[in-house]
Amino acid sequence: MPKRVLLGLLLACGLTAPTLAQEPKAGGVINAVIQPEPPGLMLAMIQNGPTQMVSGNIFEGLLRYSPKLEPQPELAESWSVSEDAKTYTFKLKKGVTWHDGKPFTAADVLFSMEMLKQTHARARTNLAQVDRVEAPDDYTVVFTLKQPFGPFLGIFEVGSMPIVPKHLYEGTDFKTNAYNNAPVGTGPFMFKEWQKGSFIRLVKNPNYHEKGKPYLDEIYWQIIPDAAARSVAFETGKVDVLPGGSVENFDVPRLSKLKDTCVTGAGWEFFSPLAWLWLNNRQGPLADKRVRQAIMYAIDRDFAKDVIWNGLGKVATGPSASTIKYYTDDVKKYPYDPAKAKALLKEAGYKGEKIRLMPLAYGETWQRWGEAVKQNLQDVGMNIETIATDVAGGNQKIGDWDYDIAFTYLYQYGDPALGVGRNYISSNIAKGQVFNNVEGYSNPEIDKLFAEGAVATPDSKRKEIYEKAQKILVEDVPVAWMLELQFPTITRCKVKNLITTGIGVNDGFKDAWLDK
Amino acid sequence: MKQFWKSILKSPSGVIGLVILLLAISVAVFGPMLFPNSPWRMVQRPFLPPFTLSTVPLGTDALGRDVFAGMIFGARVSLLVGLVSTLVALVVGVPIGAMAGYFGGKVDDALMRFTEFFQTIPSFALAIVLVAILQPSIYSIVASIALVSWPPVARLVRGEVLSLRTREYVQAAVVTGQSNSWIILREILPNALSPVIVLASLMVATAILLESSLSFLGLGDPNLISWGYMVGAGRTVIRQAWWITVFPGVAILISVLGLNLIGEGLNDALNPRLSREGR
Repeated sequence: MPKRVLLGLLLACGLTAPTLAQEPKAGGVINAVIQPEPPGLMLAMIQNGPTQMVSGNIFEGLLRYSPKLEPQPELAESWSVSEDAKTYTFKLKKGVTWHDGKPFTAADVLFSMEMLKQTHARARTNLAQVDRVEAPDDYTVVFTLKQPFGPFLGIFEVGSMPIVPKHLYEGTDFKTNAYNNAPVGTGPFMFKEWQKGSFIRLVKNPNYHEKGKPYLDEIYWQIIPDAAARSVAFETGKVDVLPGGSVENFDVPRLSKLKDTCVTGAGWEFFSPLAWLWLNNRQGPLADKRVRQAIMYAIDRDFAKDVIWNGLGKVATGPSASTIKYYTDDVKKYPYDPAKAKALLKEAGYKGEKIRLMPLAYGETWQRWGEAVKQNLQDVGMNIETIATDVAGGNQKIGDWDYDIAFTYLYQYGDPALGVGRNYISSNIAKGQVFNNVEGYSNPEIDKLFAEGAVATPDSKRKEIYEKAQKILVEDVPVAWMLELQFPTITRCKVKNLITTGIGVNDGFKDAWLDK
Repeated sequence: MKQFWKSILKSPSGVIGLVILLLAISVAVFGPMLFPNSPWRMVQRPFLPPFTLSTVPLGTDALGRDVFAGMIFGARVSLLVGLVSTLVALVVGVPIGAMAGYFGGKVDDALMRFTEFFQTIPSFALAIVLVAILQPSIYSIVASIALVSWPPVARLVRGEVLSLRTREYVQAAVVTGQSNSWIILREILPNALSPVIVLASLMVATAILLESSLSFLGLGDPNLISWGYMVGAGRTVIRQAWWITVFPGVAILISVLGLNLIGEGLNDALNPRLSREGR
């Protein structure tokens, strides 16, 4: 007898009810900033932050996640897990249609699994534990796993596993499919137009499967390349929503004080972005563990938090953000200690070899952070040269391993098996790709721990394994962890209910409404 | 020569320009000795207003770096880029113009079409593209500024040479069998030099502006502080911290103004058409 975990509409209502103190009003247009302009909107192929933010409202996943990362229904209305924890059965919602009017069925889910394995690196990793996917009828999908996989219910968020229309993609060349430029999903908003460099316009899906939703008529994602201009656009009322990271951090306090302005740090729980420096473990001085440790000691991360991030965020202690399962801070500590850094460099025999530093080309904040880190490293005697680059050029250099130190920040996806291990296990060293183990760290023990941790039961066993892995990684410093980032979302207060899930703005416009 | 200095010192604009230039040069040369620390160093709390602490007289920027130190080190970069790129532009432009003007005919046609090729492209756009392709560094910036500023030099020198070419003393040199290079170098160029000098002084000013604009757009050498970079980095906080942009902006203004004044003074001194006493 399978253990049925039925979580129906009831739960969704229960979770959103307290925030619905007022009756939502229908209608209205919202202007939001999207920064930077996304490279494309086909979520099954492109997973850049801005793409997820826009397309999360066009496409849907089987599940959404509450701020506590509990699964909630979306395209799946209920789900159950077998007693051996190897079979997951999803009941799909009936009466869902694609934006072009075709009905959504289990066949679309099966097709999406096949397509994502080819086009979506993270989905491919997540689905590695799946033995087979079947559809006994049009509204049931059954996943059978090779072995129990603890975090399995955490992989169905829209950005991680967007469901794509089979009738538009089957048998086509995914990369050149015309619908990539005008994506068709099941979500609350439909793609309408994209004026490159100006705005992306989404309109209400009148046939959306949740009655009455969405409330808004249109969303304009405004593309404004300059940080100061984005702040001004909010002040002058041109835009109503500034998603995390779209204005300068030192502008946040000023904007927060404006009349009718609401600020929240919520809506990033699922992602828990963690910033670090890629350190190329393969070559030169950074191949020496002591030099990498020296970098950790040399960088004043409290300064970065207080000055560059304006006090937002938290100094990272290791590979896991503190919001991720099995996080431990019982690891080696790296306080700001230039003297110790100097001693370690001396011990490692560093003789002033030139080291290249590549900041992240995501705007002024990151540029400035690069300058501060450079100064920190120069202070302990490292010979640093800054390499200027754009986003695409930076991605390429990192993917080709043509760097020494490079800034990045990555999402953690709630569980170490989903978001942490991918950056440290040696099977994920693949030249040409960006967000895997580009530092070239290879440690059989870590490989073993992450492999075991993914499938171990019960939870206490996983905890033990992951804590051990964190200790080893923090000792080895394969990358230099900087900060757990916090991205405040700034909105006009008349925008209600924008952030109700742990995914935040990325799928938030479904519930949002305007109080006029 | 004495006459030259006398006349330039007589024009007030030339004197003011010279004083400004000398001041800027001495700041660029000696300033870093007074500030042994790197201008990138974070010395005080960020956004410290000017005139509050004597150690950081002009305040600090968004990271707590000394704006005054940045200005002094920036002078070095700005002047260096201005002078070197002008020099390179002259080295390229003068021979091309001289050859085109002296030999005329097909040589002239070929060289001038080549020059026009560069002149038809908006110079700043070309500079941006070049720096972006070559990766921003002090070398690529100097190279691209030089590359966009030599065509006017070539045109000017060509015009001068064309008119001098027909003078009797040049024809006399040709008749006496002097070699072409000798005639160009000894007979023609020295007489064509004065407008080139005036132009060069203005080119230095333009080059400083070009470098500042490139840095402002984030295409400066990321390892060197420059005035344009400071203005660009402080631009987003201009309402909270005006001093980060204003001081380097004023520095750019004054040095460009100084160079223009020098150009004017030189023009007064070197232009034979302007009447001068003792002539």
